[in-house]
Amino acid sequence: MSLISTLARLEAVSTGRAQPAATVRHRRLSERPLVFVPLTTAGEAGAPLGALVGTDRDAPHLLVVPQPRDRDLRFAFLAELADVVLPYIDAYAEDVEAAERNETDPETGQRVKVEVELCADAPQLIVPSRAGVDFVRLLGRSMRFRRTAEQDPEAPYPAPPRVPLLGRWLTHFAERARVPGSSLLLAMTDVLARHWATGQSTLEDQHLGALLAWIDLPDGETGAEAALRAELARDRDGQLLCPPAGPATDPAFDNKLLAPAIERYDRARTALAAAEDGLEADDRLGDLTAAEREIRALVASRTRPTWDAVWRGLDRLRELPEAARVEERWTRDRWSFTGHRDRVVAGEPPQPRHDDAVTAANKLAAREREQARLEAQEALDDPLVMAGRRLSGEAFAGEVTDVVMAYSEGKRPSPRPLVTVRTDDRPHLGERAKVFRSLGGKPQSAEFVGYEGDAEDDSALIVLRVLDKMGRGKEPEEGSVPEKGDVLCFTLFEHEQRGGAKLPDPEQTPWTHGGPPGEPESEAADPLTEEDVL
Amino acid sequence: MTAAVFDPGAAATEATDAILRDTLHGTARGVVVDSPPGAGKSTLVVRAALELADAGRPLMVVAQTNAQVDDLVLRLAEKNPELPVGRLHSSDADPYDKALDDLPNVRKSAKAGDLNGLSVVISTAAKWAHVKVDEPWRHAIVDEAYQMRSDSLLAVAGLFERALFVGDPGQLDPFSIVGSEQWAGLSYDPSASAVTTLLAHNPELPQHRLPVSWRLPASAAPLVSGAFYPYTPFRSGTDHGDRTLSFAVPSDGSGPDRVIDEAAESGWGLLELPARHTPRTDPEAVRAVATVVRRLLDRGGAATSERSPDAAPLTADRIAVGTAHRDQAASVRAALTELGVTDVTVDTANRLQGREYDVTVVLHPLSGRPDATAFHLETGRLCVLASRHRHACIVVCRAGVSDLLDDYPSTEPVQLGTLVKFPDGWEANHAVLARLAEHRVGWRP
Repeated sequence: MSLISTLARLEAVSTGRAQPAATVRHRRLSERPLVFVPLTTAGEAGAPLGALVGTDRDAPHLLVVPQPRDRDLRFAFLAELADVVLPYIDAYAEDVEAAERNETDPETGQRVKVEVELCADAPQLIVPSRAGVDFVRLLGRSMRFRRTAEQDPEAPYPAPPRVPLLGRWLTHFAERARVPGSSLLLAMTDVLARHWATGQSTLEDQHLGALLAWIDLPDGETGAEAALRAELARDRDGQLLCPPAGPATDPAFDNKLLAPAIERYDRARTALAAAEDGLEADDRLGDLTAAEREIRALVASRTRPTWDAVWRGLDRLRELPEAARVEERWTRDRWSFTGHRDRVVAGEPPQPRHDDAVTAANKLAAREREQARLEAQEALDDPLVMAGRRLSGEAFAGEVTDVVMAYSEGKRPSPRPLVTVRTDDRPHLGERAKVFRSLGGKPQSAEFVGYEGDAEDDSALIVLRVLDKMGRGKEPEEGSVPEKGDVLCFTLFEHEQRGGAKLPDPEQTPWTHGGPPGEPESEAADPLTEEDVL
Repeated sequence: MTAAVFDPGAAATEATDAILRDTLHGTARGVVVDSPPGAGKSTLVVRAALELADAGRPLMVVAQTNAQVDDLVLRLAEKNPELPVGRLHSSDADPYDKALDDLPNVRKSAKAGDLNGLSVVISTAAKWAHVKVDEPWRHAIVDEAYQMRSDSLLAVAGLFERALFVGDPGQLDPFSIVGSEQWAGLSYDPSASAVTTLLAHNPELPQHRLPVSWRLPASAAPLVSGAFYPYTPFRSGTDHGDRTLSFAVPSDGSGPDRVIDEAAESGWGLLELPARHTPRTDPEAVRAVATVVRRLLDRGGAATSERSPDAAPLTADRIAVGTAHRDQAASVRAALTELGVTDVTVDTANRLQGREYDVTVVLHPLSGRPDATAFHLETGRLCVLASRHRHACIVVCRAGVSDLLDDYPSTEPVQLGTLVKFPDGWEANHAVLARLAEHRVGWRP
């Protein structure tokens, strides 16, 4: 934890409310996000219990699996989910604009510009917490290898038509969520914790109720009190007042309310199956419907508070203006979305279970680049974030006190002006360290020359030699050299990331990494095991 | 004289001969050499490079940093000034050490094409990754292979047919700034070390190790070997008494002076500050480190060793300060400047890898911390900090670290399919602390 975030947390403790950790919003929030609040069944990995999903905060779709261990009911749930999610995604897939992309011409091997489609906007999924992101990933994995009756008439449990497609999309969202700074799939707790510092630990911040208690504080209470109540307070029946944001449920709810309800449902279903005539069946169908309605009400009662909390979080986040460089990162999300749309349309197989060596290395390199880009961009967009970097010696700000014109040696002397900056910061400048400032949105680099004399009080005089972005002539272009009195901020970190080296194609995987992976075989869904009882 | 007496020179020669035999005449595509700290890894690399060049095999050498590359070029030129060597460098400003300009047979270029036909071409893994060739090199040497990440090996492995991989398994593992759990357990996990991936796919490759550390004194080798290399022990090349460190100016009785004397006597010293939770750049600890360095210089140290029977003065360039974090290093540098000390190397464990000094002063990674994270427990970090010295190592630390360790056993999740790394950081930390406790000196008398 950086010094500034420690300080912010201490301030949150002493004032009793969350402190801002950012002055602008560093993630894109879609105008029409799809909020997804899933619940899962205790002890059954990947067996959904139900969910609230939708784009209208007042009218969420409630989806429930009354008997989570029943494969048919689970498929019905997934098919319903597909009916909500896929039309939402499709709406964004159709609206495109023209864009250019660099591609390698297969014949000449040259890099050429190709005219391609880029989706004008992209869908956005919002889940309450990080565990929700993992659950989206798990759902995606459990669905994308399923076969529909149309694809494979022999498949033992054919999936409803659109379920494998939903699996591929959820997999894509969850994989994209691993890219730093992406906004295609967001966990509300992560986004809130990025923008506010609370007086509790980062682990406690993963509880949406407790986190919001600090940020969206009820009157007359401190954040700590409100957070404690959100975590622990129970009603007379021993149920949590603020149910966990899921997908896991509270054991007291499972044992006291859910298990008896499911048991009633099972009994009603058995009774219906045993009915001997139509009249009896009508009666028993009524019982079954009542039992199902009861489970639906239970699931609604545990998801609705979380649903409302997610929207409250969105309200708070929307109060912050969007940071300048969010648009650029969102464009990358749009490329990612468009790319997957094209792969689906082209009939490519679902994402493999494991990346091959080259894909894994490419993903890691891309994410490291995005992480560095995100850290730089957040600091450049937000003085409060930059303050943290200044405090840790990675940047400094101050007034230009002197500019002396100088030139490089050589046949064609170029301008290399010496700029003196007075700063109260304490940057960790090594010998000839490179520093950067933003000049019209582009980084201008300078070199640390040395400290000048003894500045009075606690400030230091730093002499820099400006190296570039001054034009081609002998005299620097106007406005390209700092002037006396300018207040500037220099960073020790680079503003833009260089692309890494190109890795070999997967077919060229070298012997050190196991050689080429061979032909991709179509992967089957997970086989049935003895544990699959229904 | 019995056969049981260990002759370090003979053992090292035998190991080196076997490595060169496998490299020059073996059939395997790769040879892996594990080298503990100061076991002559660079010497081995230079010798293998010269022999491969003599055998007429075009050789590329992959190192991890520009400093390592320049160092190798200088060593090669020292051994064989006639050898045509290519230094492939980046197109940044000042891409290589200016000392290379004085070497007539070293050609430098940012383009691999300019260096065609030279016996040996040396560059960093990052630069090699941009090179395209029609025909691969017959042979490669990959230096510091345990510090190289699997994905950077993937980027360069297409450039050579066979390779000698040399590195120190006990030092810091490569790291990535983003999570890579999703690939844990895959044989080609891109965040793993190059050697891990190489051996996972080619388990039949011959593996050697260098058995003797020429750097570490007899006082340090058993501890470092036992704590960090429990299954591949090594010995020191010198014996107790072969090296001495003495000071012209007697102790003034202060903590720093007493810890210096303790370390000069025994090879280890622990300067213990009162227990306290502090920020990372603990001002008292930083001042203590700076004071120890100042006193080391002021007291006119002299070192005798097998290299120089006449006492060599302990100068600033023979002393280094090691820390866990960059901001700690920066604070120590600032504190040293205030005390008028310049030219003493102050750096983090990552950057001290592969370096050697007479005396090191270490700010313990866990000093003053309220918790022990995986970063601070990483064995490699402590191993690097505790194995840079030829004579003595002085550790500055807050009291209470062993309690801290007991409060924070390692809790990293176990990933299926990954090799469990031994020793675990918790145990290694305890082993080192237990030894240091025997050489403890309080901050105030």
